[in-house]
Amino acid sequence: MTAAIRKKPSTRASSGHGTQTVTSAAANEPVIAVAAPASRSQHERQLALKTRQCLQWLLPPVFGLLLLVTSWSLITQQSDGLPGPTATLQSAIVVFSDPFYDNGPNDQGIGWNILHSLQRVGLGFGMAALIGIPLGFILGRFTFLARMAAPIISLLRPVSPLAWLPIGLLVFKAASPAAIWVIFISSIWPMIINTATGVSKVPQDYMNVARVLNLSEWKIFTRILFPYALPHVMTGIRLAIGVAWLVIVAAEMLTGGIGLGFWVWDEWNNLNVEHIIIAIFVVGIVGLLLEQSLLMLARRFSYD
Amino acid sequence: MEKYVQIENVSMRFHTRRGTFEALQGINLDITRGEFISIIGHSGCGKSTVLNLLAGLLLPSEGVLLCAGREIAGPGPERAVVFQNHSLLPWLNCFENVHLAVERVSGRRETRARLEERTRAALELVGLGHAMYKRPSEISGGMKQRVGIARALAMEPKVLLLDEPFGALDALTRAHLQDELMGIVARSGCTAVMVTHDVDEAVLLSDRIVMMTNGPGATIGDILTVDLPRPRDRLTLASDPHYHRLRESVLRFLYERHARRVA
Repeated sequence: MTAAIRKKPSTRASSGHGTQTVTSAAANEPVIAVAAPASRSQHERQLALKTRQCLQWLLPPVFGLLLLVTSWSLITQQSDGLPGPTATLQSAIVVFSDPFYDNGPNDQGIGWNILHSLQRVGLGFGMAALIGIPLGFILGRFTFLARMAAPIISLLRPVSPLAWLPIGLLVFKAASPAAIWVIFISSIWPMIINTATGVSKVPQDYMNVARVLNLSEWKIFTRILFPYALPHVMTGIRLAIGVAWLVIVAAEMLTGGIGLGFWVWDEWNNLNVEHIIIAIFVVGIVGLLLEQSLLMLARRFSYD
Repeated sequence: MEKYVQIENVSMRFHTRRGTFEALQGINLDITRGEFISIIGHSGCGKSTVLNLLAGLLLPSEGVLLCAGREIAGPGPERAVVFQNHSLLPWLNCFENVHLAVERVSGRRETRARLEERTRAALELVGLGHAMYKRPSEISGGMKQRVGIARALAMEPKVLLLDEPFGALDALTRAHLQDELMGIVARSGCTAVMVTHDVDEAVLLSDRIVMMTNGPGATIGDILTVDLPRPRDRLTLASDPHYHRLRESVLRFLYERHARRVA
């Protein structure tokens, strides 16, 4: 097994080397093209080069996924309970062919479950951002307040998110707000901490400029602190959405209702293991999409 | 002659983790209106500290600094600073960087169009009218420092404080900017204090060169009056024996009388 894994990268490496020599040959091409402007074959060669580069870029992840599916099917051959890739795929086709059916509160389509989970994450995470980011700015700007908050944050941050669930249930007396509360409390810390770190790291040079130019506190915020800290804030947001999406499945398993976490637990009770595996993939893919869209947003805001 | 900036018996101590560090001791200096002063000395002698005290970014441990008869208790619009590493805000373009200085200093008294006009005028004064809407990352080191100078000039200061303004530039760009600075200061008639470690720069630009002894406890070792007629031209000066005598006396101060202990 390990030998098979090792073999693949080595063959990849040699093929990669082969294309590299092709690339360097193509780099010399414009010189030749000036001498002979018959460009049809050149165009074809460029196209070939592009497809080659594309393949080079695509092959490693495809190999990775193939490896995952192969090991999965190998493992399922040894164990009775686990469904293999084909069984799961067939089941997934059925599940996704009607994602928005509604047979009462305990039997709804996968689409509804995803949307409910996303809604809870959105609410909890959104409130955490609304409070956490401004709080981070204040803590980063005023050392006294930062030192005041330091013991509170270091005490509460390492607490497992689910430990907050009973408090939420007690205070809100309902499952869904309690789950939102858990998302809120677990995703607020990365946003506070990253924003505060970003703001407190503003170079002294910029603050000297602000003092020499006699900028108002509002101008300091809009022209110096906010633009400087923005990449840090975006990192905080990305970490927070990751945590929130991790926690929602666990929280919904405990609180019930509609949502991916509840769906996983319900299908476990039904012993429908294919659906559990589908849920794992759905959770992973939605998490990946959230992360990637925030990365794109972060790149949009970076100034260099 | 009218004393415009006065430094009276100023000492500066920094409290660090390893104890108190005495940076400056007993500094006395009177600067008249329109004068160009250079402060020169080996690195670590506290020349930038003097400038920061004048800017009001630091307050002296002892003594007092006065500008136009009033104590310097913090930064003020009559004293503009050109920073060593230009310190432009990278997320604002050149125009916005300069405008930031203008709108605060005189934002309440003037209309928006007038403020924009002044920003444009400051950038054109340093020859950057064409690069107004570029970000600092898109322009060269020399251009960045020009924007830094434009930002300081846009405040229409009485005193221009320059902290090794051309230290990070190549020799040709530096010479070019020195000539421009000379012209700008002559036209605006403002008082200038420049920190430098470049002997030629000090002699070319200054009316007086303040030479600092080595720290800790640095003080003014000697003051050299540069009585070369203005306007000065670097090519003519290159063959002027008096220029070379002045240059030599600064070099003698730095490398004979106060040679830096080899670290």
